[in-house]
Amino acid sequence: MLSYRDLLQQTRGEIEEVDASRARELIEAGEPLVVDVREQDEWDEGHIPGAVHIPRGYLESRIERAAPDPARPIVVYCSAGNRSAFAAKTLGDLGYEDVVSVSGGFTDWKRNGFAVEVHTGLDAQRRARYSRHLLIPEVGEEGQLKLLDSKVLLIGAGGLGSPASLYLAAAGVGRIGIVDADVVDESNLQRQIVHSTERLGEAKVDSAKRTIEALNSDVEVVTYKERLSSENIERILAVGWDVIVDGADNFPTRYLVNDASVWHGVPVVHGSIYRFEGQVTVFKPHEGPCYRCLFPSPPPPELAPSCAEGGVLGVLPGVIGTLQANETLKLALGIGEPLVGRLLLFDALAAEFSELKLRRDPDCPVCGEQPTITDYVDYVEFCAGTREPA
Amino acid sequence: MTKVRIPPTLREQTGGEREVLAEGDTVADLLDDLMGRFPALRQQLVEDEGLAPFVNVYVEGEDVRTLDGLETEVHPGSTVTLLPAMAGG
Repeated sequence: MLSYRDLLQQTRGEIEEVDASRARELIEAGEPLVVDVREQDEWDEGHIPGAVHIPRGYLESRIERAAPDPARPIVVYCSAGNRSAFAAKTLGDLGYEDVVSVSGGFTDWKRNGFAVEVHTGLDAQRRARYSRHLLIPEVGEEGQLKLLDSKVLLIGAGGLGSPASLYLAAAGVGRIGIVDADVVDESNLQRQIVHSTERLGEAKVDSAKRTIEALNSDVEVVTYKERLSSENIERILAVGWDVIVDGADNFPTRYLVNDASVWHGVPVVHGSIYRFEGQVTVFKPHEGPCYRCLFPSPPPPELAPSCAEGGVLGVLPGVIGTLQANETLKLALGIGEPLVGRLLLFDALAAEFSELKLRRDPDCPVCGEQPTITDYVDYVEFCAGTREPA
Repeated sequence: MTKVRIPPTLREQTGGEREVLAEGDTVADLLDDLMGRFPALRQQLVEDEGLAPFVNVYVEGEDVRTLDGLETEVHPGSTVTLLPAMAGG
């Protein structure tokens, strides 16, 4: 049987080693892939700038993604040059043609005073919390950092805002704003899952903030206990939100949100529900249609379906609000195909999804070629006195 | 006859039906047929003799405004969808 020392000795004979100075020359001269095979805590304390981190235990399974071209030179290092010797041997076995191991490792690199990049990513606690995101290549650490840095404004902490806010908070969206003037009412609890029985009578924004903070303290919740109007919308938007999630329960608010989003260039993830059916789409200013391309103006109050007799299946906003959270995360991460120019319809009774195409209207009064609406419009209150979200 | 999907917000005007068969070769004919049978639909669909700004009509998933408007042709197998604005949240 070979001892560790024997095996190391033997392996060293089969690979090419360079010292830290030579490694630096190689890195500066060409474009080798620099692979750090140490453990996470070692990497966090500092590493060679531009290196990719693949702990040795994952080397075989992850190297192909990092280095699809076997001809590209690889400089592999660890702390003192032992683990990287074995790693270099493995890479050679896998068919990588030009692999060198840094004999003195990162210790020697630092001793020489060469540049060190200190990791500014997720700490151990966050890596554990978001581990299922980190495992998805489309999200990963970079995506998670984007989410933690993103700002999402929710219009309404009701049926749609409840699931949307919970999933966005769980996903680690760093700042969530919530606009809602109402207090938690008994009739809300059949569907508004961000609230609870003990919160009856409490402002919805405060109730939602408590639930979200208990779920994830990474999230900063900004509350606006007010009804959106032409008077306050500019102040609320001054924060510079990345995405607006529209879960309002009335037309005047939806038109305010739309017009503001076009003028500020902020995408709106739109959802609406009625009884057993819901709709979701993304209004991305100037790339796709806006709400007014679809419906230039709201119906007169007497034709709007009465809120009181509307009703909604409790789980429906769960489906639609969750789809809104999905679209929001995609927009924040810059991945996938958001529902821009597509209206997704869900029929809970038939358990059926269908899709309609939405197109920009060149004559749109807000985002068209010659806009006729250039200032906020406060439409007449619908269902006055029964401002209960559907 | 062409199938017209009635959105939940307009079902009160159509006796609760989710889908209604209507006769006509164009969207305008279909709507005339529907409004003849369900007069309460008229004020939900028509404004100043044209389609109201708070409702859209889709044929095979395409907005008729991007096709031939109310003159868009329909066939017996076509799927026509009425889509009024819906605000609930």
